[in-house]
Amino acid sequence: MRFVHSTTRPSRKREDTVLSFIGRSVIQKTITLFFVSIVSFLIIHLAPGEPSQVDPLNPKFTPEMVERFRKEFHLDEPLHIQYTYFYRDLLTGKTVSWKDNQSVLGKIWERFLNSLPLFIVGTIITWTLSFPVGIRSAIFRGGLYDRNATFFSYLLISIPGFFFAYILIIFVVTQFHVPVIGLKTFGIGDAAWPRLFMDRVWHLLLPSILGATGGIAILSRYVRSQMLEVEGQDYVRTARAKGVPEEQVHYKHALRNALLPFVTMFGLILPGLIGGSVIIESIFSWPGMGRMAFEAILARDYPVILTVNFISAVLVLAGTFVSDLLYLVVDPRIRL
Amino acid sequence: MMRDAADTVTPGFQVDDPVALQQGFGQLLKQNRLAMIGLAVFVVFFCIALLGLGLTSGRNPTFDPSVVRLQEKLRPPLSKPNLETLSTEDVPRLGVYLFGTDDLGRDVFARMLQGAWVSLTVGFVAVGISVFIGIFMGGIAGYFGQRHTFIDTLIMRFVDIMLCFPSFFLILTVVALLPASMYNIMIIIGLTSWMGTTRFVRAEFLSLREQDFVTAARALGVSNFRIIFRHMIPNAIAPVLVSATIGIASAILTEAGLSFLGFGVPPPHATWGGILSDGKRFIFDAPWLTFAPGFAILIVVLSFNLFGEGLRDILNPKLRERQG
Amino acid sequence: MDNGKDILLSVQDLKVYFHLNQRLAQAVDGVSYEVRKGETVCLVGESGCGKTVSALTTLGLIPQPPGEIAGGQVLFKGQNLLDLGDDEMQKIRGNHIAMVFQEPMTSLNPVFTVGDQVQEAIMVHEKVSKTELRQRSVQLLEDVGLPAPEERLADYPHQLSGGQRQRVMIAMALACNPEVVIADEPTTALDVTIQAQILNLFGELQRERDLSLLYITHDLGVVANIADRIYIMYAGIIVEQGSAPEIFHDPRHPYTQGLLASLPNRAKRGARLHSIPGTVPDPAYKPGGCPFHPRCNLAIETCQSRFPEMCDYGNGHQSRCPVLYDGNG
Repeated sequence: MRFVHSTTRPSRKREDTVLSFIGRSVIQKTITLFFVSIVSFLIIHLAPGEPSQVDPLNPKFTPEMVERFRKEFHLDEPLHIQYTYFYRDLLTGKTVSWKDNQSVLGKIWERFLNSLPLFIVGTIITWTLSFPVGIRSAIFRGGLYDRNATFFSYLLISIPGFFFAYILIIFVVTQFHVPVIGLKTFGIGDAAWPRLFMDRVWHLLLPSILGATGGIAILSRYVRSQMLEVEGQDYVRTARAKGVPEEQVHYKHALRNALLPFVTMFGLILPGLIGGSVIIESIFSWPGMGRMAFEAILARDYPVILTVNFISAVLVLAGTFVSDLLYLVVDPRIRL
Repeated sequence: MMRDAADTVTPGFQVDDPVALQQGFGQLLKQNRLAMIGLAVFVVFFCIALLGLGLTSGRNPTFDPSVVRLQEKLRPPLSKPNLETLSTEDVPRLGVYLFGTDDLGRDVFARMLQGAWVSLTVGFVAVGISVFIGIFMGGIAGYFGQRHTFIDTLIMRFVDIMLCFPSFFLILTVVALLPASMYNIMIIIGLTSWMGTTRFVRAEFLSLREQDFVTAARALGVSNFRIIFRHMIPNAIAPVLVSATIGIASAILTEAGLSFLGFGVPPPHATWGGILSDGKRFIFDAPWLTFAPGFAILIVVLSFNLFGEGLRDILNPKLRERQG
Repeated sequence: MDNGKDILLSVQDLKVYFHLNQRLAQAVDGVSYEVRKGETVCLVGESGCGKTVSALTTLGLIPQPPGEIAGGQVLFKGQNLLDLGDDEMQKIRGNHIAMVFQEPMTSLNPVFTVGDQVQEAIMVHEKVSKTELRQRSVQLLEDVGLPAPEERLADYPHQLSGGQRQRVMIAMALACNPEVVIADEPTTALDVTIQAQILNLFGELQRERDLSLLYITHDLGVVANIADRIYIMYAGIIVEQGSAPEIFHDPRHPYTQGLLASLPNRAKRGARLHSIPGTVPDPAYKPGGCPFHPRCNLAIETCQSRFPEMCDYGNGHQSRCPVLYDGNG
């Protein structure tokens, strides 16, 4: 799509163009998704090795078993037939895992519910911390606060997640003596609910913070640069020349403009829903999406791998679509 | 701000003034302390990695990272080896376990030296591949795209498709499916990270195409090939350099992550991520197994990031005049 | 005329420097001018001569760093504005001294309506009821000649043309009935026909409201109709000053003469237009002596080494060219 700045007033035509924008966008993204499905299918199936060879030493995998397995999952058919079988099953929700014959969508949904709290808490931490830090950095550009914030954000971007995870684990375990691995403390059973609740919070906190670190660093830098960009605009000078107090210049005139691009970022959060973090979830033994994907890779469970891939591609495309739409809604200057 | 003042007090310092740029470059780099530190650490790391390769490989290496001394396992850093129980060739060369030993009694210092080379090569080769593909695809899309919209559309749609994959998950999948080797890891990281470079090389080319010196070259009958390589790539290289520097940082992180999950360079070869992964069972008993490689990765990645950001500030003329 | 009591705004020996990449740019290097009550003063010079910087300094709008006010005073009704704190300065801005900028396209905040922005200009200085706020902003928009002002209140800046936006900017500047309005090249970014309209608007408003107007421009032709007094600026200093008739009919500085000669309407039909050779020097690398000497066709050897003093021609007419002064005796 192409955005054009124009000075005409909004009219009924706008609705038509919005509709046609939506139409074109949906078609284009569907085509992209189709190719994504082909590419991911090819990557998996052209790689050397086959799932039926996954464990040749296992006595259960007799040649007859392997043959039956191949038949059952159409592995003896040519690739394009396999492709149609697979995506027909996926779209009708009938895909099953090769490992345990369970419904893939059911498995994903179950793990998704486990990852969801991590995602929500992580996102809240990211967005509530990044904005104040970035805005303050921009206002006091070059000052002590800004330089410290800059250095810390580089630090957070550069630290390997697993290393940071262990630092935090060592810190929390030695200082607060609370266990942090897993969803909840093993065998906590039927303790009083405040204890259960606090236990859950402790277990949730570390992986959420870890999931948020990279986001905080990147988002706060982005907020800062947006703010700096806007602070240099003529209309900010105009506000000052009118005698508007300094805080209002920053928080009303500048911030309102700097926020525009972030509204669109709400759409870009979407892919994070399914991502989960493979590394963090394995460190904390968190039974979420990331760990399921990791286990699927280890077991060469192609249906699970491909489904996760497909869903995350859908979310990426939906995310960009939503962010384009949001931009359309929030910025009165944009015409199609 | 202050169009009048800003426009006029900094002339003679535009990008199209190469002499001023070069003169200013060194000066500005010196002013940007963080970037200087980043560059210094990078140079030190480079030397250590080269040295490490020399000292840890070969038939009889100075520092042997693979000597197993079960009687000396999990010794803390700076502890002296017990000379009575060790055969002479197993005594660490420095006479001390600088970074301690791991659960098999291997010298962590020697293993770190060996791992440095892995991180360095994975970072550089992976980024080399992605930059090459990026310039190639972006250059074609940007240079020929206007006349042959088909090519442009094809390449840019391909970029869109690649961006739909969750990158770490994709890398992990492919690395897991392929036989474990350092080269596979480099190639796969390179093959999955060229999209950003392609996008901005294309954008850069599209704007360079319209500039007078390119038109002039074309009017003189200079071949497309020559125009691209002599005139356009040198002009588009600055932003590529910045993203490559930061790309190296993230490639090193990705490799460390893969090693941590057990998909890295196959043992017995040591990698920083691998040492950390092996040590995770002993984080309370032998924290040096976590901290030594962890800080090493952190410092190296941080230095690349700082240097890259510093480069960006220096090469960005708009930011430059604000630095004052 | 020389009654000191009438002087509203007086800039004395103002020096504003910028620290850029370890170089020092002396954007304003000892400038003095004054604006009296009810008079239109024009500050004329090529872009980069420091006229905008000196105006922004008056309102305390120079970012520090990289800017540095190295010396001088800005007296408003006898009070040095450079001594004021942020809070006190805010009460001056917009309330006593207002400013209209060069770029109407970017000087209005795109996410607020015209009404919001005009009303804000009133609200930051006065406590007024909502209905009065609305009435006054409609009145202001009407005063600056915006058609259908009631409806304009709900418009966003991007829905207006450049000329209309500049009218809104002027309405905002007039919101609190300031004593002094500084207009920084307010017509430069506009179409020629609109330029004339805006210029006339300034003329009318100035007469009706008895405003003191400091009009900054690079175009000597523009100011002929409105200026009472004129200051000619070059490379951070005032090179000539005097009443409008004297500057136009009896210029005493080669730079002023060059500017006048390059006005198209003054040249003889068919004759080649005059132009001053060379360009304004970079404020970080100013030539020694008289800053104009590299471009001056009257330059003699001493011009390269001696900074020219002001030569007085009487009646407030002064010029920084000893060569012309000596020649006239």
